[in-house]
Parts: sequence; C-alpha cells; structure tokens
Amino acid sequence: MSAAREPYVGRRVKRTEDPRLIRGLAHYVDDLRFADLLHVSIVRSMYAHARIVSLDLAAARSAAGVVDVVTVEDLDRARIGDVPCAASMAGMKTPAHRPLARGKVRFVGEPVAAIVATSAYAARDAVDLVSFEFDPLDAAVDLEKALAPGSPLVHEELGTNKAFEWSVASGDLDAVFKSAAKVLTQRIVHQRLIPCPMEPRGCVAQYLPGERQLTLWTSTQIPHLVRTALAAVLGLAENRVRVVAPEVGGGFGAKLNFYAEEILLSVLAMRLGPRPVKWIATRREDFAATIHGRGQLGMIEGAADAEGRLLGIRYRSIQDLGAYPQLLAPAIPTLTGLMLPGCYKVGAMRMDLTGVYTNKMSTDAYRGAGRPEATYQIERLIDLVADELKLDPVEVRRRNFPAASEFPFKTASGLTYDSGDYRRAMDKALALAGYEKLRAEQQSARLEGRLLGVGVSSYVEICALGPSAALAAGGWESATVRIEPSGKVTVLTGASPHGQGQETSFAQLAADFLGTDLDDVIVKHGDTAEVQYGIGTFGSRATAVGGTALWHALGRVVEKAKRLAAHLLGAASAEAVGFEGGVFVANGKTLTLAELATAAHHAKSLPEGFEPGLQATYAFEPKNFTFPFGTHVCVVEVDRNTGDVRIVRYVAVDDCGRVLNPLLVDGQVHGGIVQALGQALFEEAVYDEGGQLVTGTFMDYALPRAHDCPRFETDRTETPTDVNPLGVKGVGEAGTIGATPAIVNAVVDALEPFGVRHVDMPLRPEKIWRLIQAGGKA
Amino acid sequence: MIPAPFDYAAPRTIDQALAALAEGGEGTKPLAGGQSLIPVLKLRLGSAERLLDLGRIPELRAIRADGDPLVFGAAATHAAIEDSAAVRAACPLFSEVAGRIGDRQIRNRGTLGGSLAHADPAADWPAAVLALEAVLVARGPGKVARSIAAREFFRGLMSTALAPGELLVEVRVRRPGAGGTAYQKVRQSASGFAIAGVAVVLEYGADRVCKRAGVGVTGVADRPYAALAVEKALTGRRLDEATLAAAAALVVEGVKDPLSDLHASGEYRLHLARVHGERALRRAAGLAPA
Repeated sequence: MSAAREPYVGRRVKRTEDPRLIRGLAHYVDDLRFADLLHVSIVRSMYAHARIVSLDLAAARSAAGVVDVVTVEDLDRARIGDVPCAASMAGMKTPAHRPLARGKVRFVGEPVAAIVATSAYAARDAVDLVSFEFDPLDAAVDLEKALAPGSPLVHEELGTNKAFEWSVASGDLDAVFKSAAKVLTQRIVHQRLIPCPMEPRGCVAQYLPGERQLTLWTSTQIPHLVRTALAAVLGLAENRVRVVAPEVGGGFGAKLNFYAEEILLSVLAMRLGPRPVKWIATRREDFAATIHGRGQLGMIEGAADAEGRLLGIRYRSIQDLGAYPQLLAPAIPTLTGLMLPGCYKVGAMRMDLTGVYTNKMSTDAYRGAGRPEATYQIERLIDLVADELKLDPVEVRRRNFPAASEFPFKTASGLTYDSGDYRRAMDKALALAGYEKLRAEQQSARLEGRLLGVGVSSYVEICALGPSAALAAGGWESATVRIEPSGKVTVLTGASPHGQGQETSFAQLAADFLGTDLDDVIVKHGDTAEVQYGIGTFGSRATAVGGTALWHALGRVVEKAKRLAAHLLGAASAEAVGFEGGVFVANGKTLTLAELATAAHHAKSLPEGFEPGLQATYAFEPKNFTFPFGTHVCVVEVDRNTGDVRIVRYVAVDDCGRVLNPLLVDGQVHGGIVQALGQALFEEAVYDEGGQLVTGTFMDYALPRAHDCPRFETDRTETPTDVNPLGVKGVGEAGTIGATPAIVNAVVDALEPFGVRHVDMPLRPEKIWRLIQAGGKA
Repeated sequence: MIPAPFDYAAPRTIDQALAALAEGGEGTKPLAGGQSLIPVLKLRLGSAERLLDLGRIPELRAIRADGDPLVFGAAATHAAIEDSAAVRAACPLFSEVAGRIGDRQIRNRGTLGGSLAHADPAADWPAAVLALEAVLVARGPGKVARSIAAREFFRGLMSTALAPGELLVEVRVRRPGAGGTAYQKVRQSASGFAIAGVAVVLEYGADRVCKRAGVGVTGVADRPYAALAVEKALTGRRLDEATLAAAAALVVEGVKDPLSDLHASGEYRLHLARVHGERALRRAAGLAPA
C-alpha cells in the first residue's frame, strides 16, 4: 500500500482475468467436475416445419447406459411452464413455447426429446435410436411471404404469422415529405447473424432432494434473472434455486436469454437427483438453436432540403422473430426505432414495425441489438443524400449534427441524449485519417482504374441499460463492498462479466477508493448464492450502472469506516477524519484500513449504535441511458476484376465518456469493429426455402479471421456524462454499431463510378463483381 | 460432437496397414490427418467400423527433396512440406500450395496423401500435382507398387483411381526445370477451400520460349483438372503478355457444369479461374501483376 502511487483508474492495467484464461486454468461449465455425473443429449427436429405423427423412444430407452428419456408429456405432467418472453408488446400474439415440441416442430434444431445416459457417448448414440414419423409441412421462411395471405402458419392457433405491430412517431411527417426538395428511398436488409461465442451454451443441473435445493451452472450473462425465471417455470420457491455463471466464454447477447435447455436440465435434475446432469451444446447445436441476431428488413425514406438538411425519416420494417419469441426478442427492433434519428437533428420521424414468426431459430439481442440497424440505415441515408445533392458526405453530417451546446439534446424519437460533441469526434477522425488527402488519392486512383473508396460513419448509441422503467425486470445494478477482517477487499457485483474485464476495472476503482493494492481486491460475480441480486451484463451497462453502484457502495463503506476511525482515534466526528492512501488520520494519529477492519470485526470498542463488520451494499438506479458516440472512417480498395474488398485503413474515434482503463476500451473497440466487419463482409445465416439452415457449420458460416482485419487506428474524445457520478458511458457495443456503415459506405463509394447507390450486406465479392459488370465500363 | 462407435488400429508398417485393410474390407477406413474424415464422422454424415490410423508409419511421413524426382510420403503433413527448405529450393510450387491450405492448425495435421485420396473438388494439392504431372504411387494387397499419373488419378466428385484395398503411399514429383511457378487461389471465406485455384508451372530459358507448361485447376469443376488447352497454347511460344492473356482465357475450356453454391455461382467461378489463371501465369512467367 503506497499513498504516493499513481491512481489505477485511467491506466492501461492488464486484465487480471487473462492469466487464467490464457493458461487454460479457467473453469467454464464444461470444466466443472462432478461425481456420478449423467449426460444429456437432445433429440432435435431435422424439419423446419412438420407435424409429429409419432415418436418411438422404446429403443432409446432400452439402450445401454440410458437412464431417462423425457418428452413434452413428461413436462406437462410435471406442470413445467413455457419458455418465457419477457418483452411483451401491446396486442402481441404470443404462442405457447414448450421446452420440448408438442404436436409440431417449428424450426430445424427444435428440441423434441432429451436423453440422459451414463456417458455423453451413450446419450448421443441413443439419439440415433429414436424413430420419428413426421408429416412435413411447407415452411414460412421469407419475411414478406410469411406475412402474405395463404402463407403456411408457424402457429395455426394464432391465425397469422404477424406477432405484433409497433410504431413510434413525432412531427408532421406528411408535411415534411411534401415540402422536401429531395426524397430518398432505399430497401435495406439487415441479414441474420449467428453470434458464435467461443464457448457454446451449456449447463449442469443438480437437485439435492434432502436439502430441496436446485443448482444450475449455466453459461449465461444474467444468472439472477435466470434464477427468477427458472423458479417460476419449475414452480419452485426462488430461494431454493441457485444459478451459477462460472467462467463464460463470450455471450454477445446470445446468453442474455433463458433457454429451453436450462429448463430441461433442471427438470431432469429433479427427476434424477442427487445425480447431476450435464449438457454442452455442440457447435452445430449452437448454430441451430442459440438465438440469432439482426434479421430485419426495412424500407427507409428520408426527406431532405436542398442543402442536405434531413427533415424527416420514415422507416417501415419487418423483424424476423423466428419460430418463438425468445426472452427480449420483440423489444430489440424497438431500439432501432428509438435510435433511428442517429446523430442528427431531424424534425419528424416515424417507424412502423411488424414482428413476424417464421420457421427459423429465434432472433434476439446480438451485440448492438437493434442499434446497428438504426445506425446502418441513417448512415446509409446520409450518404444517399450526399450522393443525390453532390455534397461531401462529411459536410452533410456536419450540417445535421446538433451543436455541443444543444446537449442534453431531445431527439425526434423522444430520447434525451445526455452529452455529446459529434463534430469534435468527427473532426478528430477525419484529421487522423487525413480525409482531404484520401479524397485526392481516390481521384488519382480512379484515373489509374483502381477502385478506392472512403466511408464515414458517425454513430450515437444507447447504453447503460437502463432506467428501470425501460426494462421488464428492472435496469438498476447492485454492488457490495466487504472489507474482510484482514483488510482485504471483496467486491460483489450483480453484473455478470464474461469477457468485458470488470474484474480488473472494478478492482481499479475499489483499490483507488480504498488506497489498497490492486491485488488486495477480488471481484466476485455470477453466483446467486454468493452475490446479492443484480440484473446482469448486457447493453453496455456493467460499468456505467454496476460500476456506479460499486462507487456508491465504496462511499458508504468509507463513511462507515470513518465513524469507527473517529471513535478509535478520538476525533469529534467522522468528518474530522482524513482518509488517504488507505490510512485514516485524525488527531495526529493514524489507523490503516486493515487495522480498522480488524477492529470493526472484533467489535471490542465500537461507537454507539455501530453495526459490527465493515461492508456496504448499494443498488444504483440510473436516471437516463447514456449515449456514446464517435466517427469511424474506412478506406477500401475493390478489385475490379474479382469484386474482392480489401480494407486498406480503418480509423475509429470513439467517445465513451470517462475511461477507467484504456486497454479495456481499446479491446472492446477492436472486437466490436471485427464483429461489424464480419457482418459487413462475410456473415449471413442462410436458410433455404424449405427452412434448412444452409450455413450450419463454420465450413459455410464465415467469421472474420485475423488476416481479414486491418490495423485499427483508434483515438478518443472524452465527453463525460452526468447520468452517473463516474462520468462513464459504456463501450461494449460501439464498434459493432459504428463500423458496418463505415465499411459499406466505403465500398459503395468505391463503386460510385458504376452508378452503385447501395449494396446489401454481406458484401460477397460475387455481388460486387456483378454490380461492376452491370455498371459497365467506368 | 460425438461420432458413432468405431474400432481403431494403428499399424506401424505399410504392410501391416495393407493387411488390416484387406482383412477389414469396406468398413475399414484409412485415417491420415483426419481433417475431413473426423468431421464427417463427428457430424455422423458417415461412419466407419474401424479406423486405420496411418499416422504411426514412419516410412509414410518421409520427404526426400534432394534427388529427382522429389519423393513425398503420403502421410507427410502440409506443414512439414511448407517448412522444408529443401522443398522450397527444389519445388517452390509445393511450398506455396502447402502454405495456402486452411490454417496452420489444419496444416499441422492434414497430409498430402490424405488430401489427394479424399479428392475434394476444391482441395489445393490436386492443382499442384496436376500442374507438375506428379506420379502417385499406390500399393495394394500384393507387394508390387502401382504408379498412377496424377492426370489419371481424379475420376469424379471425390472419386479416384485408387482401387478398394489400395493405399496411396507416395507422391513423386519431377524436379521442374528453369522457369517459374505460381499458385493463385480464391479462398472460400468460411472453409478456406478454393473457390478457384490455379497452379502453374512454366519452364523457360533466357529466350522466354516456353519449353513446358503445366496448369492444374481446382475448385471449379466436379474434379480437379489439367487445363490442357492452356498448356498447348503456351508450349513452344514466347511468354509475352498477349500470349499469356490468350492462354488464360482457356483455363476453363471444356468445363460444362461448374460447381455452384452459396459462396460462388458457377459463372463467377469460371470468371475467377480465368482472372486468377492469368495472374498465376504472369507470376510464373515473371511478369508484373496486371
């Protein structure tokens, strides 16, 4: 402990999580060891849509090693509830979502039965012994066709595939469009993506009949919410359920959910307890039966005046929900509506959204969750306006930004952007990229017949989810700070980091606040039996909401410590006690934090009414979201003979408010851009007309590789927010949100000589080659 | 992902392997690097009663690059070939092709012979052995080895001239004469297999007259093939820009039914083969990129 040391906050502190991850010493669900473990293999539908005529499980039941087989009838008998959807929309038609299919299967990969055996091999072999008789039905796959009359119905009992309609609007849109100098329209596809966290889903469940205690170890981003939901579905008292998220190898939103398998494993554990049961998704299962992202089809219309000022935006879109509405699915595209105006002053807007059921895996939150769609559209639209008016796209952005002095800025969609200086971030990005020089290079490249493109994207996103009014299960976060008798510090966060690095950044905060070494602090999370209730990690919220809760809890614990210090040091009041570098000072006497913690626990001499021990808990309720922003610049070269896209340079200037650890922020920005690059160039979940998942393995679904990525040139501006006392905004999704339009705008810019105005993602080389062919000689 | 149950045997000599293959019949599948077979088994797209692991047979892994022909054991890994300085000096095309396969993890496991015997229509090695007119040596139940010209080896979609009970044991590559070689490949973005791959060997002297041209094409048709029309258009001709361009236009001559999938249509594959064929020819001929 050193009073003089530099604060940890603001430094590039290396992640304390990494040594165990890099050396293979971390414990993911699959690494946990249990005695008498049973293994589960799940029988899944090979059809997108079919009636189940019969299911013969006799051979599977009698196979060597098989212990139990369950179907939906077993779940019905045990009164097991449906897989829940927490985000219900007004007038939404919600089908029953049984954890195992009943009567019909509705997507390839839907669970039909679960087989438990003494080994994973025996369980898997028994799956092949199940004989089915299915009556295949036509599938609803295409979004527009699914809404058309006569489409096959995913859920006949609903009478339609339309799940809901939702609108957000402000201003006199019709008048704006009538008076506009230019109206631009573009159909835009936000293709389905497969999240592909490095660790697939998986869980172990164990029920101890004596203790009447169920424990579920599951790879999740939201252990507390899973516990609440699981207890409700099983009809168990919540305090008899414990959920543990051990090391989680990435989530990207795919594990911000509550899945049929989590219910199934728990049911099986209760049938077979005390023997634990385990299921780890194969990669193929993870492709087919873990939520997909995006899946929106939209028609964007923009009205602009002759100077390129955006007057109004109209957006009609269809969200592909897949076969069942998973946890938050219907709410995701509403974020698109809220963020539709982007960084711009728009007088009027309207979004009309239709949610549709299809015979595909469900969609739900995937890194960015509704905001990449908004940013992509508005940033494409701005470029379309620029193209139409022959203006520099940068100038069009500049003309539409609100000034820094206009913050807090009220948007056309009804949000209040907390703080921002969009022009400053853009100017910094343009300077870093050498924008003017790039444009000159582009001109000379064109003279040589080379297709160079420069794309700009200015984004603002909604983070720090969020005020509780906006989230079904609440949007606050909790923290406990416990000073152990020895003075070591234990932080318990209700957030559930799974790669973000808060074990490091929260320890930085606590160590600075308490004047300890970083190594004296441990940050615990993920186990509902260990950590007070919390909401979890998603929506770039853990630091802005959970970190703020920690900051308040630290304040409380120091306040308490000062009361005891005043008592022990003979000061008149807590206010008279100084605290710096982990040492309490009063009356010329000192006490270290450790000495004080020992005194608080031994409790030999405490002030009147002082509770023994030294800990505090705080739950922080944010008053608003935060709105990080930035500008990305991408330079591409397109091979005119093949359509190949090469990213030549990538510049990102992001503003996520105050930065606790620049290394973590850089990591999030890099990872986010790579994920956006995947969507822009390679990734697409393709279902064929029959509803078969064509991109069902990594042989056909392309994630970006290291060699696909340019060196990222990153910088920041730092505009604090007053939404929380830390001044932090969140950065987990920024790269994914800001980068796709920068890349696509660059490619469209490169193809400008061929009259190309828009290309849908992914930018497969063949697609680009065909546009070049169609555009003729340029 | 868990395959259906199978037996496993790991012979230590080629003779033992052949005996086991003869004894086991059709249910016995030779396992080389396992980069195709293991996923097929794990996805249960195929099954085997018994896997015959060829990875413990030292004579199958040897690389002899000091003589002429170069001799590669069928179980030599892509990485071993990629890393061999002797191969790089004697036959740079083999080094280049090896280095373009999949990623390093795949190259550490996958083998030359495994790839050739599997005969995936988009694999890289077939283009190289076709361009180099390599000789593939097979052994069956008898003691006598059988030599198969690379150009006689690929018979159709994942089908080869190997007879049941035969193992590919060796690949012999004539040391190319003075000139240049090149492999141009468009990678399928997910799998890394070739959407179009063209391997070129041009032998020429100071007069730039082509003494011999070898061109192998993969990823385009149901089987890898030698582009005979290109070879004919170059042999005996001076390797100038116009000759190369005219020859490149013939890269896909005779391909009636090109492969077509999500990643590239048949038309685009044919186009890419011509573009990259020309790029490969230019590189091999020592001309600057167009």
